[in-house]
Order: sequence, then structure tokens, then C-alpha cells
Amino acid sequence: MSRRTTGPAIEAEGLTRSFGETRALAGLDLKVPAGAVYGLLGPNGAGKTTAVRVLATLLRPDGGQARVFGHDVVAAADAVRARVSLTGQYASVDEDLTGVENLVLLGRLLGLTKSAARQRAEQLLAAFGLTEAAGRQVKKYSGGMRRRVDIAASILNTPDLLFLDEPTTGLDPRSRNQVWEIVRAVVAHGTTVLLTTQYLDEADKLASRIAVVDHGRVIAEGSPGELKSSVGSGTVHLRLRDADQRPEAERLLQATLGGPVQVEADAVAITARVGGDGSELDASAQAARALGELSRAGIMVDDFSLGQPSLDEVFLALTDRPAVPVTDERDELEAAR
Amino acid sequence: MSSDTATSTGPVPTVFVPSSEALATVLAPSTRPPRPSPLSASLTFSWRALLKIKHVPEQLFDVTAFPIIMVLMFTYLFGGALADSPRDYLQFFLPGIMVTSVVMITMYTGVGLNTDIEKGVFDRFRTLPVWRPAALVGMIVGDVLRYVLAALVILTVGLVLGFRPDGGVPGVLAGIGLLVVFSFAFSWVWTFFGLVLRSEKSVMGASMMVLFPLTFLSNVFVDPSTMPGWLQAFVKANPITHLVSSVRAAMAGTTDASAMMWIVLWSAAFIVVFGTLTMYRYNRR
Ligand SMILES: Nc1ncnc2c1ncn2[C@@H]1O[C@H](COP(=O)(O)OP(=O)(O)OP(=O)(O)O)[C@@H](O)[C@H]1O
Ligand SMILES: [Mg+2]
Repeated sequence: MSRRTTGPAIEAEGLTRSFGETRALAGLDLKVPAGAVYGLLGPNGAGKTTAVRVLATLLRPDGGQARVFGHDVVAAADAVRARVSLTGQYASVDEDLTGVENLVLLGRLLGLTKSAARQRAEQLLAAFGLTEAAGRQVKKYSGGMRRRVDIAASILNTPDLLFLDEPTTGLDPRSRNQVWEIVRAVVAHGTTVLLTTQYLDEADKLASRIAVVDHGRVIAEGSPGELKSSVGSGTVHLRLRDADQRPEAERLLQATLGGPVQVEADAVAITARVGGDGSELDASAQAARALGELSRAGIMVDDFSLGQPSLDEVFLALTDRPAVPVTDERDELEAAR
Repeated sequence: MSSDTATSTGPVPTVFVPSSEALATVLAPSTRPPRPSPLSASLTFSWRALLKIKHVPEQLFDVTAFPIIMVLMFTYLFGGALADSPRDYLQFFLPGIMVTSVVMITMYTGVGLNTDIEKGVFDRFRTLPVWRPAALVGMIVGDVLRYVLAALVILTVGLVLGFRPDGGVPGVLAGIGLLVVFSFAFSWVWTFFGLVLRSEKSVMGASMMVLFPLTFLSNVFVDPSTMPGWLQAFVKANPITHLVSSVRAAMAGTTDASAMMWIVLWSAAFIVVFGTLTMYRYNRR
């Protein structure tokens, strides 16, 4: 394989960018190793798209600097462009054109001859299951097909770095799986992928490293496993027989486990984190003790499981709030803890 | 994915399962071709404009119906009052209304660019390592075809109504040529507007603010010598006046050298000033 994989794919230091009063990037640092999927995880408005646009040379940062394969994104934008491609959050193909026209157009713009562009387009459409739809306008495609043609357009020149901005938002589970398969194949062939997502399980499944972004900065970074273990050793999920007993169960779990306790939308479900109290016991022993307490108090438990914390819980632990759109302004230092 | 196949004509609905062999073929690293020349990239982008006309032919409504309405409306509205008959007025008026209609149509360049950018496909174009102005040049070249079409539509309506240019075919072609060159240059004003303004609506609004005074405060409809002095001053400086004079002259089989010189200067100025401003905005968005 001819890919140069020495050195990081992306290095960014202190990137800032404001839109009027909104600080979309507030000193973002990023180091993305080459050859893997790197996840940028954050809720709506965290600054993910802005970060991607700066790194893909579409937007100039107000401050800080960033290099892609060693090339400065502002000073050497053309060198960066020669090595990256982007599938934006919103369709980055021409919806009025057909699938094949879009790909031929791009092939020509990347310097292929007419016949080579045509051949490449057909090859890509076949590999992405779009041969039948090749002659239809993209605006008539389903969401999943649209994403696929968009990604096909992005790998037309087999880039060294591919930006995928929320590639599965709004897709049904099957289409999402298809995109995941494609992403895995792209990475297996040596392309580095920077993927943004609001879905914690997506980052968990695809990315070998994750940066959690909030309010325009990285608040945590590491492998999915590291992020999880930094939060606590595990999480218990409980379903009670009787919803009325939930407040009491909540209090008991808080007391025995010491970690944050979360009530779910389902009136009988509770999630609690284990190991927040610095206790010597391991997670299962602590969970067993909690179960004992519940049964002593006469609370009936129908379902019980002990698992790793989800990234949702990671987000909760990092920011003290769930990964949902935020409206309130909070102290940045507190959020970073 | 049922929605994938619901509208397809294939007999058996199949679900796409990414195959690792097929993906491996398309992902195999290949040598990258050299980047295309500025001309080739611009032509590719104008091919895109043609494809858009092919897929969305409704957009030609602006360049056909609107000019026809303009010609008919003004010929019969002013023809009786300003000349002895609509037919006499037409000899004077047709080159002017052709200029007015085509120049008005140029604003769709800005509107089109604005909606294009709104949709995100320009994000991809802007991450390509091609000559930067190519996307916009190609777009305007596509629009030039619309200008030619509009001019021909107006010419046809004029001929039907009794327009008989003394310049004959070469004179008419020269006139349309001048108009198209100027419109190409003038379109760069709208690409700048299209990039700076937020919405399609505001681009439209701003364009109208510019176009109405420019086209009406000119020699399109009446001879400027009937106007008050201060207005004459504006009309004489107005590039549309020069354009109308030179197109009128060409179609009448003569040349208006000074008007022509002004048109060349104005066109060059529009490209240099607004082309530069456009590219500055395009690169910095
Ligand atoms: N062009 C713009 N003009 C004004 N404000 C903007 C612009 N782009 C982004 N913002 C603001 O900057 C902040 C970060 O936006 P950004 O799109 O980067 O977030 P995101 O993480 O991609 O969110 P989402 O998950 O919703 O896509 C938001 O508050 C957004 O409103
Ligand atoms: Mg976004």
C-alpha cells in the first residue's frame, strides 16, 4: 500500500471560531493518528461540524492552528485538499443530477478522462448497490442511498483522510449498518476517517479513539474503553416490579453504590453507576450488596444486569448532564470536570 | 431497505449488502491523475449547468416567458404614445428591451449560486484541488447559454411583431454578441451578492434594487434628451445606456465606437472588481 502513514493525520491546537456571539470552537485541540477511525462525539451545537469545516479547509479559524498530514489548513489549503474529502452533514452531492452524473462530474474534476470517469462511476455505483438507481436524480433517492452516493463521491479518489459528518443521522438501522460496513472497509484500505456523531454507540462501535466535544472544546479523549473505565467500573440496570417503589430504590442505590443514579423514562427502570465511592469491593460484589439491600427493603426486582457504562453515561459523568441539546450556559471549568 | 427499491423497476426488490470484495476493488489505491487545467475544470462545471437545465427545464421559464411578456407589454403600452405606432416604436425599442430582459436575467446567477451553496454541494466543490474560480466560471458559462436563448426568443417575438433590423443577420449577431459579453461580465456582480447575502430572497431583493434604476434610468424606453439635466447625467454614465447604444447601432448596421469602448471598459471593470471580490468571499466563507 502506497499510503504514507507516518505522523498523525490531524494535529490541531487551540482552534477557535466564533459566529457572532456564538463560540462554536473555543480552543479545540485534536491529535488524530493515521489509519483508523477517530470519533468526534458531541451533542447538537457542540462544534463538530465547525471543527470538520475548519479541518477540511472550508472555514478559516479565528485562532489556533491545524495541520493535516503536516500541511497547514490555511497556508497550504491546496495540499490539504489534494488528500482529503468530505461528506458533509447535509448532502454534498447535487440532488438535481443523477447518481452517475454526480460521480462522473467529480471524476472529471479530479482529472480523470471521460471514459475513465464513467468507468470509475459505474464501478463505485456497483460496489455501493446503486447500479439500478444510477440514472435517477439523487433527490429521488432514499436517505440511505443518498448517504451511499455521497460517500462514494468522497472515495472516488481514494483520499488519505475522509471526513464524515454525522453520516448516519436520520438513517434507519439497516442503512446505518450499511454505512458502518462501508466505513470499516474504507479504513481497512488505509484511509483515515474522522467521523462525527451524536450516537454514542456509533463512536463505540467504529472508532478506535474518541474525543468528546462540548461547547467547542475537547472535554475527554481516549479509546472507548479508556473513556468508560475513567467513569467507573460498571453500571447496573434494574427493572422493578412496582413503579411506586422506585424513589425508595433510588435512595438505597445511591447509598450503597455511591455513584450517580439515573431514572429512566420507563417508570420501573433505574440505572446506577458502581464504584463511585472508592470502595475496595469489585463491581459485582458492590452490585450484589445493593441487590441485598433492595430485597431487605422489600423492593422486588424483575430484571437486573451489570455492564460497562455506555458512552451516554460517560457523557453524563463528564458534563453532569445527558447528551442532549443544551440551552443553558454553564461554567466551562465545571463542565470540563 | 424497502424505500430503496419501492420506486425501482427491478422485478425483485433486493437489499443492498456491502460486499467486501466489491468494496476492495473500488478502494484499491490507484495513481491519482494530474489535476485538470482551469479550462477543463470550468468546462466540466458548465456541463453541470447544462445537466441542471436538462433535469429542471422549468428554470428556462425565466428566460423565455419573462422576455416575451416584456416585449409585448412595452411595445403595446408605450408604442402608441411614444411613436406613431407600436411597429415604429419596435424598431427603436427592441434592442433596448432585449438588453433589459437579458440583464435582468443575469440576477438569477446570484440566486442560483446562493441556493446551490445553501444545499451543501459547494462544500464538496470547495474541497477539490481544482482551479478555484472554475465552479463559478462554469456556472456563469452555463448561464450565458440562457442569455443567448433569451435574446433569441426576444428576437423571434420582435421579428413576428414587425422588427426589421437594417444590420441584417451579421448586425443582429454582433448585437447579441455584445450583449452576451457584457452579461457574462455583469454576472460577477451577482455571484458576489449570492455569496454575501444570506438568503435567496435577499439576493432577489438586492438585485432588483440595482436592476430597476439601472435598466429604467437609461435610454431603453425613451430618448434621454427629453429628460431633466440631472437625470441625463446619470443616464449618460449608466453602462446600460452604452450597451443599448452599441447594440442598437450594431443591429442597425452601424457602429457606435464610443459606446463600444465604454462597454469594453465596464465589462473589464466588472470582471476585475467583482470577480476579485467574489473569489475573496468564496475562499473565505
Ligand atoms: N454559519 C453559522 N452561522 C452562525 N452560527 C453558526 C454557524 N455554524 C455554526 N454555528 C453555531 O455554532 C455552534 C456550533 O455549531 P456546529 O454546527 O459546529 O455544531 P455541531 O456539533 O455540528 O451540531 P449538530 O450536531 O447539530 O450538527 C452552534 O451553536 C451553531 O448554532
Ligand atoms: Mg453538525
